[in-house]
Amino acid sequence: MAHVQTENTHGPGGSAHGSLSEYMVGLSLSIILTAIPFAIVMSGSLNETASIVLILLCAVGQVMVQLVFFLHMNTSSEQMWNSVSAVFVILLVMILIVGSVWIMQHLNHNMLMGH
Amino acid sequence: MSNTNQMSPNKVGNLIMGTPRVGYTGYIEKELHHDYGGDTVFGFWIYILSDCVLFATLFAVFAVLQNNFAGTIEARDLFELDYVLAETGLLLTSSFTFGLAVLSANHKSMRGLVGWLMVTFGLGAGFLYMEINEFIHFTHEGAAAWSSGAWSAFYALIGTHGLHVFAGMLWMLVLFGLLFKEGLSENNIVRLMCLSLFWHFLDIIWICVFSFVYLMGVL
Repeated sequence: MAHVQTENTHGPGGSAHGSLSEYMVGLSLSIILTAIPFAIVMSGSLNETASIVLILLCAVGQVMVQLVFFLHMNTSSEQMWNSVSAVFVILLVMILIVGSVWIMQHLNHNMLMGH
Repeated sequence: MSNTNQMSPNKVGNLIMGTPRVGYTGYIEKELHHDYGGDTVFGFWIYILSDCVLFATLFAVFAVLQNNFAGTIEARDLFELDYVLAETGLLLTSSFTFGLAVLSANHKSMRGLVGWLMVTFGLGAGFLYMEINEFIHFTHEGAAAWSSGAWSAFYALIGTHGLHVFAGMLWMLVLFGLLFKEGLSENNIVRLMCLSLFWHFLDIIWICVFSFVYLMGVL
């Protein structure tokens, strides 16, 4: 993420330590990881399960790419709290989404909807 | 009187710890240089994470309701992937140009900063225009926000993302005003960093939207 460096010459409020090449790499990888799932779904060349797996992999990959190359997240100690809070929120999001879907599927099943 | 004063906790503390040196603030050396800008950006990061939870609830609602079309037109018959691809391209490019704006600010280039921010604003406007067009088109085709549970969930999720993009564009306008007023002041750089987090975050949410809503909706 846009970490503010206290040591750099830009002074208080600082700036992200990104570089042009970093943004270029981020953009290129994002374009590739966007093109792959769209191409697969639009051509319909793969079966449904394989498509879903590839879409998921590309989505997770692109989120990681943007976190690293656009938001400049890393594992350095100055960014400890940024990363720890993000990991906590990822856990919350997983509980929320997986939990909701799980509960509602059981509810639908017990109410004899679908299946 | 002076005797009782000497027994106050403060004085006792000083007796044990010694008299603080001149300029001692209670912080360790490194934090003497600690800037409020960093705290502000971290605070904004916490807001971004709470916004993630907001979007997670909307994604959960969509996941639960996405098949409840109740006789209305279904998503797979309505979604046009090349249109979504164009929207994705606009938003991804705008995320990149915002990065270039931040780099310009790092190099103290006011012209570059304002220029790239304007490009970002234009791309954001293009995205929003396409999204609103899509909503109007869908509504005419019988998929309005009030048609069925699935479509309500769709509009709630995509609409909330669109509102965020709109808020980001308003913020850019305010930032233009502040930049012309104060130039590349420390406060403006902090504001720019927060907006940069916000804008990149919106692109990350959009990755989840096109993957889970559009691509999987068409499958």
